Amino acid sequence: MLFTIQVNNKKIKAEKGETILSALNRNGIKIPTLCRMKDFSPTGACRMCVVEVEGRDRLVTACSQPVEEWMKIKTHSPRVITARKTIVELLLSNHPDDCLYCDKKLNCELQRLAEELNIRERRIKARKIKPRLDQSSPAIVRELSKCILCGRCVRVCEEVVTANSLDFIRKGSLTHVGPAMDRDFNFSSCIHCGQCVMMCPTGALHEKHNIAEVQDFLNNTEIVKVIQYSPLVASGIAEELGIRFNRDFDRILNSMLRRIGFDKVFLTGTGTDICIYELAEQLGRNIEKGDVKPLYISACPAWVKFAEQFIPGILTNLSTIKSPQQITGVLIKTLIADQAGIKPEKIFSVSATPCMAMKFEARRDGMMRKGISDVDSVMTVRELARLIRLYGIDVSNIEPEPADEPMAGRSSAASLAEVSGGMAEAVIRTTHFLKYGIEPDKQLMKRLRTGGSFREITVMFEGKEVSVAVIDSLTGLAKLKALVDAGKHYDLIEVMTCPGGCINGAGLPFSFSGSDRKNRVKMIYQADEVDAVNLPCKSPLLNNLYNKFINENKEIADKKIFHTHFEKRNVLL
Amino acid sequence: MEDLKKFLINEVLLFESDTLPADTEKRLQEIRRERTSKPVIFISSGTAGLIAGAGKTFQAAQAFIGDNEPGAEIVKVGCSGPANFEPFVCIQLPGKNKLFFRNITEDKVDTLLNGVFHNDINKDDLVGQQGGRGFELWPGIQFMDEISFFARQRRVVLNNCGCYDPESVEEYIARGGYKSYVKTIRHYTYEEVCNIIEQSGLRGRSGGGYPTGLKWKQALNTGSSSRFLICNAKESDPGAFTDRLMLESDPHRLIEGIAIAAYAIGASTAIIFFRRGSEHAYKRLKRAIESARDYGLIGHNIMSSGFNLDIIIRKEPGAFVCGEETALVSTLEGRRGMPQLKPPYPTTSGLYGKPTVINNVETLMNVPLIMQNGPEWFNSLGTEKSPGTKVFAVAGKGRMSGVVEVEMGTTVREILDDIADGIKEGKELKAVQLGGASGSFITGDSLDIPVDYDAMKEKGIGMGAGGFIIIDETTCMVDLVRHLMEFMHTESCGKCIPCREGTGRMLEILESVIRKPVSEDSGTTLERFKGVMQLETIASVMRDTSLCGLGQTAPNPFLSALKNFRDEFEEHIFDRKCRANICRGLRTFTIDVDKCTGCTACASKCPVNAIYGTRLQPFFIVEDKCIGCGICYDICKFSAIKVK
Amino acid sequence: MNTEIDSILKKYKPGRRDELIPLMQEIQDVNGHLSEEAIVKIGNYIGLSTTKIYGLATFYDQFRFIPAGKIRVTVCNGTSCFLNGSKAVINAIRELTGLQPGQTARDGIFSYEIVTCMGGCNNGPVISINDEYYPYVKPEQIPELLNKLKFIIEND
Repeated sequence: MLFTIQVNNKKIKAEKGETILSALNRNGIKIPTLCRMKDFSPTGACRMCVVEVEGRDRLVTACSQPVEEWMKIKTHSPRVITARKTIVELLLSNHPDDCLYCDKKLNCELQRLAEELNIRERRIKARKIKPRLDQSSPAIVRELSKCILCGRCVRVCEEVVTANSLDFIRKGSLTHVGPAMDRDFNFSSCIHCGQCVMMCPTGALHEKHNIAEVQDFLNNTEIVKVIQYSPLVASGIAEELGIRFNRDFDRILNSMLRRIGFDKVFLTGTGTDICIYELAEQLGRNIEKGDVKPLYISACPAWVKFAEQFIPGILTNLSTIKSPQQITGVLIKTLIADQAGIKPEKIFSVSATPCMAMKFEARRDGMMRKGISDVDSVMTVRELARLIRLYGIDVSNIEPEPADEPMAGRSSAASLAEVSGGMAEAVIRTTHFLKYGIEPDKQLMKRLRTGGSFREITVMFEGKEVSVAVIDSLTGLAKLKALVDAGKHYDLIEVMTCPGGCINGAGLPFSFSGSDRKNRVKMIYQADEVDAVNLPCKSPLLNNLYNKFINENKEIADKKIFHTHFEKRNVLL
Repeated sequence: MEDLKKFLINEVLLFESDTLPADTEKRLQEIRRERTSKPVIFISSGTAGLIAGAGKTFQAAQAFIGDNEPGAEIVKVGCSGPANFEPFVCIQLPGKNKLFFRNITEDKVDTLLNGVFHNDINKDDLVGQQGGRGFELWPGIQFMDEISFFARQRRVVLNNCGCYDPESVEEYIARGGYKSYVKTIRHYTYEEVCNIIEQSGLRGRSGGGYPTGLKWKQALNTGSSSRFLICNAKESDPGAFTDRLMLESDPHRLIEGIAIAAYAIGASTAIIFFRRGSEHAYKRLKRAIESARDYGLIGHNIMSSGFNLDIIIRKEPGAFVCGEETALVSTLEGRRGMPQLKPPYPTTSGLYGKPTVINNVETLMNVPLIMQNGPEWFNSLGTEKSPGTKVFAVAGKGRMSGVVEVEMGTTVREILDDIADGIKEGKELKAVQLGGASGSFITGDSLDIPVDYDAMKEKGIGMGAGGFIIIDETTCMVDLVRHLMEFMHTESCGKCIPCREGTGRMLEILESVIRKPVSEDSGTTLERFKGVMQLETIASVMRDTSLCGLGQTAPNPFLSALKNFRDEFEEHIFDRKCRANICRGLRTFTIDVDKCTGCTACASKCPVNAIYGTRLQPFFIVEDKCIGCGICYDICKFSAIKVK
Repeated sequence: MNTEIDSILKKYKPGRRDELIPLMQEIQDVNGHLSEEAIVKIGNYIGLSTTKIYGLATFYDQFRFIPAGKIRVTVCNGTSCFLNGSKAVINAIRELTGLQPGQTARDGIFSYEIVTCMGGCNNGPVISINDEYYPYVKPEQIPELLNKLKFIIEND
């Protein structure tokens, strides 16, 4: 039901049941918010969105108050503006003024509010508090002095990630956000997915930087510097540098990376292809054997840690095949090293990725051979963009170059794996293709792409039903558990921690908005339609890699290097 | 015992008329100890009594009786209100009026009892006799209701407090208790009960004054399959102890009120959210619930009415803010007790998302009385818009303190002058603070304001849940405001920014006003002024935007103190002076060389070694070192220390 | 201690979040504090993460994570006691024990906390030591009173 309400002496249309904020936003009136999260219920913690409603003693939060027909609202009266301004001033009163050095500079919501509300001096002074800086996690840094306690990280960790690793501790002015028993992150059940970092309005939670380390090695002439990057990195860099992304941007990125000083540039996508191929073979064998064990894909490192902590019972069914990053990494330290005749310890291998948990994954136990890490340093897209800026690379004036052989190309399926459901789709398609020489029904495959946090399809293999399930963000696990408990069997299960898959990864630019994402997903799906090499098994590059390099190399021909192990993790849950 | 139970249930509770047969009435009188052949000693054993030593008094009385009067009975009763009189003892000799004695500590027991039993009454400790029951008078002894403390009161809700053994359900029934409850659940519909309460005009006694009947109806009309009733007994305002007194002195009436309210809204579970730290009241309430259950007044198909009710006690785990409705619900659900957004209100979506009515103790204590005497009776008490009575906990610097009950419409001044009997030690009054830690200060002409929701709201004064603190001239208002702000600051839940940060900033600024200047250079002075300039803005924004009542009302003491005692604030800020000599930071001590004998007493006690001198010569104080603690001032026997 | 926690847990229904606070209260009543082990066990039993249990427990003043001292002093700081000088009493205790409210001394003898109102508004300042009330306390009595109790405990 539509009715009119009066806002700032003008009439606007409002819908029964909606909040004041949504009515205002639809009518082009902007109200600042801080604790609000899209698609979450309002909590009313920040009080930024207050408006004046005639007849009410106090100001009313627009984010929660339903509109009513009689309402006369003032959104920017002096009283409202003073209130908003004072609230931000109160937050700033003991905020560390290190905006110049802050990780969130230029992306900080608090900074933007201070600017919007025209705060020009610190009128309210307060004792500065110096809470400890938690740098214990390989992926996430917690700077409590910058925390404004909006609670967004707590909610995302509980309601989306379901790891429940963060909560408010203590109360009143002593409140802070932290893991169990107020320990540091490395002792906690944090799975390093970084969704909290994406939610944080200030610089209180941010990634742990590896730029300095990478820079040090870039300056070291005795070391061979190698970088691999995931399919999403190019579009992220384009976004961060403010350039229109096109398919050729990958090749521009290659030359940028070489100018920075990387000796070799490889595509993580090749590793993804190997990963898909190996999984497809494994699934094929399972189907052949009539194996009733489900095969859980282990490509998402945050999910792997989640499983190790919360559902160790499934670990035996978790595929031991390493993630694309680690496969590429291990090939660099073995194959490429051999090929170039360099000792693996003389190679510094960097990975650029949209994922935060990869920083943690690179340091896992099983990700090392003879004391040498598969991947030495992991950078998010944001960090890589900083590095590019640091080296003053002018994008407009650069010639595209190919990546280095033999990991210079990928099938379109490798990009597909960056979107939730894509990995499972690529695996089942490959299995089907390997068996029958054709791909399964396209329309059926598309059902894995959208439709909530739990999606499933059944594909027929010689009269046998093969069920595939896709868990898009860990909230879907509850549905899976319910179905499995009820006796349902799945042959292949893909789990992605970030909602929507790596496309929502915590390493992407903060400005990478919803529409950018949708465009990118569309491009990935379009590419998959037109690309001739739409599966790893159709890729001549991959065939070449397997036949000429991997199978020829005595050391790695048994493919043991592609496998790792998982075990129950003892953390404070 | 079983026989007594059957009698009380069948002949009293289930007896379908308000006038009981003479035989029954006679037996009830015995239960009420009105017809007794032996002396009875009633010892007030509430928390206030126990703090004053009632436990030892009880033991001493027991020992005395064992040795001298084996026939006599000692009863631990609830507390009737006057805290100054604790340990408060009442003695009833067969056929004679009850006599009340004050401050009977264990050492006085023997003399007192010896005297009373031999008709030789010690007038020093005597308070008065209770008349009006047709017993033999004590000549020459004043009546209890002639004492100003009681004379001004209108005791309706408290009429049972201090009169019976709170652990005895039998006595409560013999006093007419549970009868209206049994009648209600057997003869009235839900709507009828809500209507009666609505007609009575009863308003929530927790401060807001929301019509109770309306609240019940809102929950009843939600069409949900289950509802909850919560009795908010989390009274945590500093200086408020009315609920606790009622709980420990008359728990059965509360249970009856809860049961009627639960019936009226169709709830089969009622939860009492209990204040932490009142172990004594907790045990009594628990026992009371057990005995009510034993009598079939709680449980399944109560008195064959088809009504089921379970009452659960939950102990509050210690957070001031969870007295707020939504925070209380969060706490009961096992979450951090942080207030939630309203709407939805608890009456539509409360505990586990079900409609929930939350009433405070005093509100529910009124309910059985209304059901018993009718809405018209209740309406005839008090003022037009605020019928009934109000219970206050009078504390602070008044001559009398304790829990009192007055008719609505009584003025604050009447409570102060008549019931509290003015200020201790003849000091001047500064203000009265109503409504706990976030209440405003009332002074001067405003003291003539009647206790009435609307009259007080008009003046911007909150009635609060029953705190009534009397403040005299020895109190520094700035220091008091700082103290209250500190309380709010530590008790803020930390959820919303204006409250969490606002209380902190206000506290820091107030501290800077009373703190000793490290150096009086322009920097710190300027900073102090700048801070003070912001206080009012912060206060008004907190009031305007905070999520719950805690933050909204936290600046009240400051704002009303600033309005009424602006000069005192200005003295602190500009003249760096505290007229009450409370603020340590602003005191300077000097030694009068003429009076100082050089005894070294002050120098040896000075915690910061700021006093120097040679023995038997006048000493001196180094001002930079002095922290203004005043220990030297207190210790000097020659009044040689001067304070400025 | 293990078995104690387990036997308390058994009294409550598993997976019921609304019984979490009474459960924690009972464990604290028996053990004197909530140990890390207890928190983990409660979490497993109720089906909540340790983070949430800890976050909840730290919100409320009642729960403590280190054992209380043998001499537990509680000071009332309600408005009435404040007007009658509770601040000086608190300072005296702080000076004597060197502790902040809620802390326990290293030797495990003293711990003290501040509460908002104990109900002895007429007898202020009121303190309680091991649940026994002391009305009209003066700051200069504190050292004698506490040292005497300490002496008794140390020689017990």
